[in-house]
Amino acid sequence: MTVSEVSGYGRQRGHTEVYRGADYHVDLVPKVRIEVVVDDDLVEKVIDSVTQSARTGKIGDGKVWVTPVETVVRVRTGERGADAL
Amino acid sequence: MVRSKSVLNMMMMSLSSIGLVGVLWVLYGYSMAFGNDVGAGLLGNPFEYFGLSGLFAGNYLATDTAPDVTFPLVGTIPALVFVGFQATFAIITVALISGAVADRMRFGPWLLFAGLWATIVYFPVAHWVFSFDGVTAETGGWIANTLVAIDFAGGTAVHINAGAAALALVLVIGKRRGWPREPMRPHNLTLVMLGAGLLWFGWFGFNAGSAVGASGIAGFAMINTIAATCAAMLAWLVVERIRDGKPTSLGAASGVVAGLVAITPSCSSVSPLGALAVGIIAGVLCALAVGLKFRFGYDDSLDVVGVHLVGGLVGTLLIGFFADPGSPAAVAGLFYGGGVDQLWRQAVGAFAVLIYSFVLSLVLAYIVKAIMGLRVTDEEEATGIDEVEHAETGYDFSSHSGVSGLAAHAGSAGKASTDQVPATAGKEG
Repeated sequence: MTVSEVSGYGRQRGHTEVYRGADYHVDLVPKVRIEVVVDDDLVEKVIDSVTQSARTGKIGDGKVWVTPVETVVRVRTGERGADAL
Repeated sequence: MVRSKSVLNMMMMSLSSIGLVGVLWVLYGYSMAFGNDVGAGLLGNPFEYFGLSGLFAGNYLATDTAPDVTFPLVGTIPALVFVGFQATFAIITVALISGAVADRMRFGPWLLFAGLWATIVYFPVAHWVFSFDGVTAETGGWIANTLVAIDFAGGTAVHINAGAAALALVLVIGKRRGWPREPMRPHNLTLVMLGAGLLWFGWFGFNAGSAVGASGIAGFAMINTIAATCAAMLAWLVVERIRDGKPTSLGAASGVVAGLVAITPSCSSVSPLGALAVGIIAGVLCALAVGLKFRFGYDDSLDVVGVHLVGGLVGTLLIGFFADPGSPAAVAGLFYGGGVDQLWRQAVGAFAVLIYSFVLSLVLAYIVKAIMGLRVTDEEEATGIDEVEHAETGYDFSSHSGVSGLAAHAGSAGKASTDQVPATAGKEG
């Protein structure tokens, strides 16, 4: 699992800040991006845990997307595929 | 208050003012401001105290052979202490201007402008305002002695002076690219808050220190400096709450500065209640005045005009209304039965300095522009002035950036060694 701090927005809009009376609209909102590489049979379980933990029911809860991974190599041992996870 | 890519340049413009003006002050600046008048109260003799000569000779310690301690005094304090105290005014006035041109002025032209401005504008104006007859020289400046306008600690000589110069310089140098369309928000407000605290503390030195002694007048100035500054902070926050919906930390810090600026000329001449009024008026007017740059389209990056010029004018002119005859200055303003006598003196002093500084600063800015150019290119401005002018960045947020630093070093070393090969070969051949 890898966690990164990123900025972005979808339907959620940013916010407005005021400095000495001047308005500045901030579009990009701080977000957390979590990448998890797992076996196919664990995919639904991961989706469920992420959505359950992250859902508040409001705009801005974020998205989960699933992409196939061609292969994985463990650098230390050279293992490949499921063995490397 | 600047963007992170310009923070070092902003600090360098202030720090270099200390270096440059400090040197000029010792050489001829003090003498131009506090030497004997050379005519009509306009300028002190630059050669009288050149290199501070004549201000330090004497016995500093009593001995058997020389029982009397004798060294030059200004009032009751050593002359050199007064020189040092006044040096801080010269330095801060020049440094104040730099806030208006943050993000875009090249460093070399800044130094040239700062040196010329200190010599041609600040030193004479300090003479006009601060040099009283018979204190450091027999004859002093015209605002202090002939006009008798009150500027206790520099509302006219420092803040109106610097604010007018900032306006002129900004008009010549032009806007930052993208202003006001792109957001240029302050990158570190916690540093701004820390700075506001340091500034307030240091300002007691300016205001109470202008009593030139640990006296009741110093105490009076100190209390007024508290009263006006506190009131101005609250006033600025109230304006923000009404106009913008939220009271902001930058607003509180700005209100502190506005109050300090306005009470600077007036801290010896208004009562503590008068100081509260000065603070409230300054807080409200400056909070509104920082919006002027958007209306008139001049890009004063850090609101030197909105806070220092406007605050300085407010404080200087309000003496004409709120001066309390019971205060150390013992002058009655319009609201204390004194009529408009002091008010017109204050107005003449304020606008004389404003116009002199504005016109001379315009001329100096055009001269420096013609000689060296004033600003960085568009591309350099986008890159960031810290990198372009100083080859540095203020912050290192990435733990990996050391690698690229090493690579750059190795690269230059590699280049140097390859350069040497043909040179050696050439010799042998």
